Amino acid sequence: MDIVKLTIDNKPLEVEKGTTVLKAARKAKIEIPTLCYFELDGMKIENKPGGCRVCVVEIAGRRNLAPACTTVCTEGMVVKTHSIRALNARRTVVELMLSDHPFDCLICAKSGNCELQTLAHKLGIREIHYQGAKSTYRKDTSPAIIRDIDKCILCRRCEMMCNDVQSVGALSGIYRGFNAVVAPAFEMNLEKSTCTYCGQCVSVCPTGALTEVDHSRNVINSLADPTKIVVVQTAPAVRAALGEEFGMEPGSLVTGKMVAALRRLGFNYVFDTDFAADLTIMEEGTELLDRLGKFLKGDKSVKLPILTSCCPGWVNFFEANFPEMRDIPSTAKSPQQMFGAIAKNYFAKKIGVDRKNMVVVSVMPCLAKKYECAREEFSVNGDPDVNYSISTRELADLIKLANIDFNSLPEEDFDRPLGESTGASVIFGTTGGVIEAAVRTAYEIHTGKTLNKVDFTELRGLENIRQASIDFNGVSINIGIAHGLGNARKLLEDIRAGKSKFHAIEIMACPGGCIGGGGQPYHHGNFEILKKRAAALYQEDAEKPLRKSHENPYIKQLYEEFLGKPMSEISHHLLHTHYFDKSAEIVVNE
Amino acid sequence: MAAKIKIPERKLQELKDICKSFNNEKGELINVLHKAQSSFGYLPAEVQEVIAQELNVSVAHVFGVVSFYTFFTMKPKGEFPISVCLGTACYVRGAEKVLEEFKKHLKIQVGETTADGKFSISCLRCVGACGLAPVVMVGDKVYGRVAPEGVKDILAEYNG
Amino acid sequence: MATHKQLRIALRNCGVIDPEKITDYIERDGYSALAKVINELGTVRTIDLMKKSGLRGRGGGGFPTGLKWEIASKNYADQKYVVCNADEGDPGAFMDRSVLEGDPHSVIEAMAICGFSIGATKGLVYIRAEYPLAIERLKIAINQAREYGLLGKNIFGSDFDFDIELRYGAGAFVCGEETALIHSMEGKRGEPTVKPPFPAESGYLEKPTNVNNVETFANIPPIILKGAEWFASIGSEKSKGTKVFALAGKINNVGLIEVPMGTTLREVIYDIGGGIKDGKEFKAVQTGGPSGGCLTKKHLDTAIDYDNLIAAGSMMGSGGMVVMDEDDCMVSIAKFYLEFTVEESCGKCTPCRIGNKRLFEILEKITEGKGTMEDLDKLRNLSNTIKDTALCGLGQTSPNPVLSTMDNFMDEYLEHINEKRCRASQCKALTRYIIDAEQCTGCTICARNCPVNAIKGERKQPHTINQDICIKCGVCYEKCKFNAISVK
Repeated sequence: MDIVKLTIDNKPLEVEKGTTVLKAARKAKIEIPTLCYFELDGMKIENKPGGCRVCVVEIAGRRNLAPACTTVCTEGMVVKTHSIRALNARRTVVELMLSDHPFDCLICAKSGNCELQTLAHKLGIREIHYQGAKSTYRKDTSPAIIRDIDKCILCRRCEMMCNDVQSVGALSGIYRGFNAVVAPAFEMNLEKSTCTYCGQCVSVCPTGALTEVDHSRNVINSLADPTKIVVVQTAPAVRAALGEEFGMEPGSLVTGKMVAALRRLGFNYVFDTDFAADLTIMEEGTELLDRLGKFLKGDKSVKLPILTSCCPGWVNFFEANFPEMRDIPSTAKSPQQMFGAIAKNYFAKKIGVDRKNMVVVSVMPCLAKKYECAREEFSVNGDPDVNYSISTRELADLIKLANIDFNSLPEEDFDRPLGESTGASVIFGTTGGVIEAAVRTAYEIHTGKTLNKVDFTELRGLENIRQASIDFNGVSINIGIAHGLGNARKLLEDIRAGKSKFHAIEIMACPGGCIGGGGQPYHHGNFEILKKRAAALYQEDAEKPLRKSHENPYIKQLYEEFLGKPMSEISHHLLHTHYFDKSAEIVVNE
Repeated sequence: MAAKIKIPERKLQELKDICKSFNNEKGELINVLHKAQSSFGYLPAEVQEVIAQELNVSVAHVFGVVSFYTFFTMKPKGEFPISVCLGTACYVRGAEKVLEEFKKHLKIQVGETTADGKFSISCLRCVGACGLAPVVMVGDKVYGRVAPEGVKDILAEYNG
Repeated sequence: MATHKQLRIALRNCGVIDPEKITDYIERDGYSALAKVINELGTVRTIDLMKKSGLRGRGGGGFPTGLKWEIASKNYADQKYVVCNADEGDPGAFMDRSVLEGDPHSVIEAMAICGFSIGATKGLVYIRAEYPLAIERLKIAINQAREYGLLGKNIFGSDFDFDIELRYGAGAFVCGEETALIHSMEGKRGEPTVKPPFPAESGYLEKPTNVNNVETFANIPPIILKGAEWFASIGSEKSKGTKVFALAGKINNVGLIEVPMGTTLREVIYDIGGGIKDGKEFKAVQTGGPSGGCLTKKHLDTAIDYDNLIAAGSMMGSGGMVVMDEDDCMVSIAKFYLEFTVEESCGKCTPCRIGNKRLFEILEKITEGKGTMEDLDKLRNLSNTIKDTALCGLGQTSPNPVLSTMDNFMDEYLEHINEKRCRASQCKALTRYIIDAEQCTGCTICARNCPVNAIKGERKQPHTINQDICIKCGVCYEKCKFNAISVK
């Protein structure tokens, strides 16, 4: 390993050859401010266009200031990160950005979480010396994401996420010069573009240019309506991240406090999406075994690999990009929608409430869930199975709005029956979790044996694409896992080319799975946070008395009382769905 | 999602042929756009959608490129496109006044086309004929040493 | 045009040969430099010769060409590229167009020499789509060279293969910057990227790529044939050979000239250019286009080379030279260039995207008579920050027209601000139409034609213009038959 010696702010340093000034400085605990720079190092995600020029530093012997993010350390380099020249330049650059930015910070959705605001504060900017015209654009609201690109500072993080990581290609830098901005083609609405609503653009946007559609108002109105029974479900990844919004350490599990908070907010029933995740495993696992069984008996018509279908961003992705393969994913609805269907068709009857008077709210780490619950096929006579989906961030805002001191809340438990869950469902929230949960159940059903060890560590981790073979009593089942839609695309292209060797593939749209979802508290590129969230979910799984979906007593009860068996006729009606061709279609008109 | 792109068959085939002549290589996007613009006169959204599909790139990327380069236009130009050079040599020799004169006569702004589709005005940055400054081009025809008073005569040539 | 001070190396064949006939070029020693390189010199000695010649890039930066080739030659890769930058974008410069139209084979030959030297088999010419004739001639020349076996496989019986393709620019000045040019050739937005990595390490399709401009290439065959010493004997100490300039503006002889480096501005403007048009007074000469600056009378005896021009606050650029006289307002000139930069900025980095827009707005304010002394501080401070922080060469040099006019013509800025006066009468908002009572006959034609009724007066009595209402349209000035109206 080649070593380079340099000094930064008079500190002598030794770094590996190829290290940038920014990373060398961070190693030495010198925090050079950045704005366009973004990194998730564990997943090789990096954005460093060198465009914002906030991280400029003075390097002895160089004519111009240099951006620390892209400048590589050289032997004997002398760097000053806070010389007057660098400080003045940095401040002017931020002043210029502010001069082309709306001044609505007081009411901006991102206020308090805005990196530009933080930076302006850190640099002590009290006056903007260079005022002038502002670049303005049309505001665009889609079912999940709001674009207010007057606030775009052209960091290009969203563009990088949408193209390089997700391969969705909904966004691009458009126009040039003062008018340059990141937007869909022709500045069309996001809704008309190939956007999957994965929300990764929102999760990395440093300003209020990209935010989620806020449904918390609707939730408050429902809670205030005495004629409504309001039921809430919470996705697994929420409990591993919500605490961050209240100053807790990343990775703090706040299941009990979250339940307590939801109760205090006034929800009539506090249930768990995990229950529906167990149900998903019953349906999807049975479907897997069904397809696999036919395949092993030589049935050529059977489609393999089977792909998971829990993730709405992923569903949107294949409907738009691989519509001809839409018969491959499992037909099982996502846990959110299974929950909604069971809540309004089973639980509502059980408690004697008309489904029209029941409001189902979901708390999700996700923005695509907002779109999913609004899909027409998930409504009965205009009444959606899930009325509103709010993000982890929106829930945190609601709790703060209701003056609830989250940290001092007691730990409470979910209501029954739809609040009982197994460890298998908890790990749905991280990449690899769904398939591990499916394996636990499918293995026992297929082999009739009890697993000695339920932990399939070979399926865990945060590498982009993973694979493992699991021995099903002499039959080797090949499993693939991808998180991030760009990785998913690779596996899909293999399938299309007939090269895929997998029997089952789990796909999550967001890097890390739901723990890194577009609706989670902002991680600001800190990869450790994602790792800790994942660890928290595996911890909750390990601590659960029941760790296999088919052991959930309330799931058993549900099948006994209502559904019959997995993939029964009523299951098909309520718990399975079908997919659409949503690709851009070229129509000839003469 | 599910955008429907409407395009006449003949146009679609021509576009596909253009893309194919560049092996549907995404690196050839700019060459493809040049060809498409010279065939259709401009690059409307549906043309960009088809090119994106044929070259297997996102339409956002195609539009990002189209909107970056001033040579590409999404608006049809006039039958006789007028280009006024605003390079330095032309500028110091009064090109701006010439431009104003064209705008006044045709009652359109830069980047617009007259209602009858006959003329459009655009600005150029140096056509490399600084010796003839100020320079105006109508289509491929170059007019040198144009004075504001001469604008009427130039237009008259095409108004017959 | 006076020729005794000129020396034509790059333009040696322009206007002399038929550019569509390869035989014409070959008769004048065409392709013998390529033969010499392949059969006699080999790669190492060729690069050595190029280094010794002292040739520096003619596109503006002035980077030593031989050194550039050496770096590219030392980066090993399965494929390398030679790129000719023919995206001549400086308003007021057209030498590349003349070379491509008048002597396309010299560029082709030089690209092949470069390919041989650095180990590249593919050449690309990135050329402006606005140059149809140059494109046509280049295509003809490439085909002829292929027919003659001077492009293609086994050139001169050696194992050296080389061929050239064209790539078209699409109207983006920033694509003259080599990283932006490469992205444009790859079918992307022409946004520059931070260097390093330099194109010589990772360029077109991430392969080592050597980019030189048209004029640089045109110099190369004579250097190979006549030797490094010959070339190095021409020019000044650190700038060897000749430079082509495009003389334009308020000068009697406009057009392309080629002079040895070290020729003074006075020689160029007066001896070759024939002095200022219409006997007016010389005020400034702008060199280097939007990246350069305005030089004044005190610089007339400056010897033109890369380093002297930078020292004087301007730069060589690609060789545009626009002469200005007393009728030109230097604040407006600065504004003109900033408007250009604002339009041509790619928008990637903050200082160029927003900073230049703000510079332009301040200049606009000054030319409208609304400027303050504080604005002058802002102009200077912001200019310095943009130079210090912008990502690419375009942004880093864009404030030069502002700084050089402030350095050399501060009195004009002050007049605009303090006296609300433009001495060249170029700033419309500051011009005043005044009726001379002595000359005015009271014919009323001005008052009748004034679109805003700003002119008042009795028939046969001197008229006056109400400056508060006047929109400075100039109709009265045009209509007056007695020269009674003047512009101040």
